[in-house]
Amino acid sequence: MTDNAIEVKGLYKSFKSTEVLKGVDFEVRRGEIFALLGSNGAGKTTIVKILSTLLKSDGGNASVCGFDVESQPAKVRENISLTGQFAAVDDILTGRENLLLIAKLRGVANAKQTAAALLDRFGLSDAANRRADTYSGGMTRRLDIAMSLVGTPPVIFLDEPTTGLDPEARLEVWKTVKELADGGTTILLTTQYLEEAEQLADRISILHGGVIIANGTLDELKKLFPPAKQEYVIKQPTLEEIFLSIIGSKGDK
Amino acid sequence: MKTMRDTGVLFARSMRHILRSPDTIITVVISPLMIMLLFVYVLGGSIQTGSDNYVNYLLPGILVIAIASGIAYTAYRLFMDIQKGMLARFHSMPVARSSVLWAHVLTSLVSNAISVAVIILAALIMGFRSSAGVLSWLEVAGILLLFTLALTWLAVIPGLTAKTIDGVSAFSYPLIFLPFVSSAFVPTSTMPAAVRLFAENQPVTSIVDAVRSLLNSEPVGYEIWVALAWCIGITVVAYFLAMKAYKRIA
Ligand SMILES: Nc1ncnc2c1ncn2[C@@H]1O[C@H](COP(=O)(O)OP(=O)(O)OP(=O)(O)O)[C@@H](O)[C@H]1O
Ligand SMILES: [Mg+2]
Repeated sequence: MTDNAIEVKGLYKSFKSTEVLKGVDFEVRRGEIFALLGSNGAGKTTIVKILSTLLKSDGGNASVCGFDVESQPAKVRENISLTGQFAAVDDILTGRENLLLIAKLRGVANAKQTAAALLDRFGLSDAANRRADTYSGGMTRRLDIAMSLVGTPPVIFLDEPTTGLDPEARLEVWKTVKELADGGTTILLTTQYLEEAEQLADRISILHGGVIIANGTLDELKKLFPPAKQEYVIKQPTLEEIFLSIIGSKGDK
Repeated sequence: MKTMRDTGVLFARSMRHILRSPDTIITVVISPLMIMLLFVYVLGGSIQTGSDNYVNYLLPGILVIAIASGIAYTAYRLFMDIQKGMLARFHSMPVARSSVLWAHVLTSLVSNAISVAVIILAALIMGFRSSAGVLSWLEVAGILLLFTLALTWLAVIPGLTAKTIDGVSAFSYPLIFLPFVSSAFVPTSTMPAAVRLFAENQPVTSIVDAVRSLLNSEPVGYEIWVALAWCIGITVVAYFLAMKAYKRIA
């Protein structure tokens, strides 16, 4: 087995006439936090769906934990969990029932304790026995992420996990992601927030125009940016500046 | 077997959805009961069916209406699971895809069986009497179950493919309407020729006639075979199309 939890090679995908992925390559190492950065419509969700066996690619290879997503989807599903871009909770069930449902489907031995522990960890204990349709957006997202942690799968996909959350809830999610990575979980997250990638990720790939245009650690990406040597005050470029410079956009920020 | 266990877990989940949705219960059980009350106590006095007990005549049609409105909710629950991303969540988990679909089908069969039982109990209170023996009752149960299965697979198609909630409900109107143009309320012999031609050759009439004959211990003619042919035919075609639509989803 390789050191890579996820391997993507030459991935192609188009929808009717729109070519979304035109040969995407990247690897995610075991236990790292990997951020896929891209603007709206770049194809982040498409990649996540292919990796989580929800969508078939048109070409190329993708594997998770050494299992090919196309030929061994059942094996892949045993090793992953997906928190999609839009929260997927059963809003007729209570928070606790949602967690119990996933625990039963994943065959977790002590479903009740697992659910209680996760409710506690995500600050949902007080709302545990309320129907999820009474939850606020932030609570729903927290429940959504909690559901993905049931059964501690080794690889977790988080598709824009903090979109629509207030700053406090965002910090909460960041903390959870870091804790998970500390526990050895491999995390692939997509984001449009450069700050998020900067804060969380061990390595970052920038998806633009259907390909990965830059790939590396934050420091490596910083080297891609013309050094700021002519300036009197040396200012490190932020990831945002690197991003905008690489995709050649005239960001007015 | 994990597949069976998963189907059970998901079945329990959607049964819980029904129990928590007063709207579903009202539409599926209370509305047919109201129609039955209306026809028996308001209109029934002037309807000539050739039987002295109009409840006896009416009950099979009411059961068909209850099933038709019940399966509309099967389409709705499936549609909502897709909209809310629950289907994608289940499909990205180590859960057999067939479990996800069969749980909905099973929910449809069981919940419709319950509403049929409740309506038969209400009919008994209203004076429904049957001389049918155990075997005939089993045959009635079998026909209604097959009919539910046929309509359920039919409902799975819009549930999987509809783009809007209106698209889902648009499919169920004709189904609820069919019993009204059948032998469910009045004998088809009273209808104008064109309507009669339609009424006598659509599935509801043969199903209603077969169930009625069985319950009244009358000799059952070829209509039971027509009824079975309709049910099995619809099930096979709808199952095929539904599975095709399901494969396209993932
Ligand atoms: N099922 C589909 N049918 C047709 N086009 C699609 C489909 N899914 C995605 N697309 C198109 O593919 C492109 C990439 O979509 P995708 O959702 O992967 O982007 P994204 O990077 O996740 O964007 P966002 O940040 O807005 O979530 C978009 O142009 C989108 O319109
Ligand atoms: Mg997206």
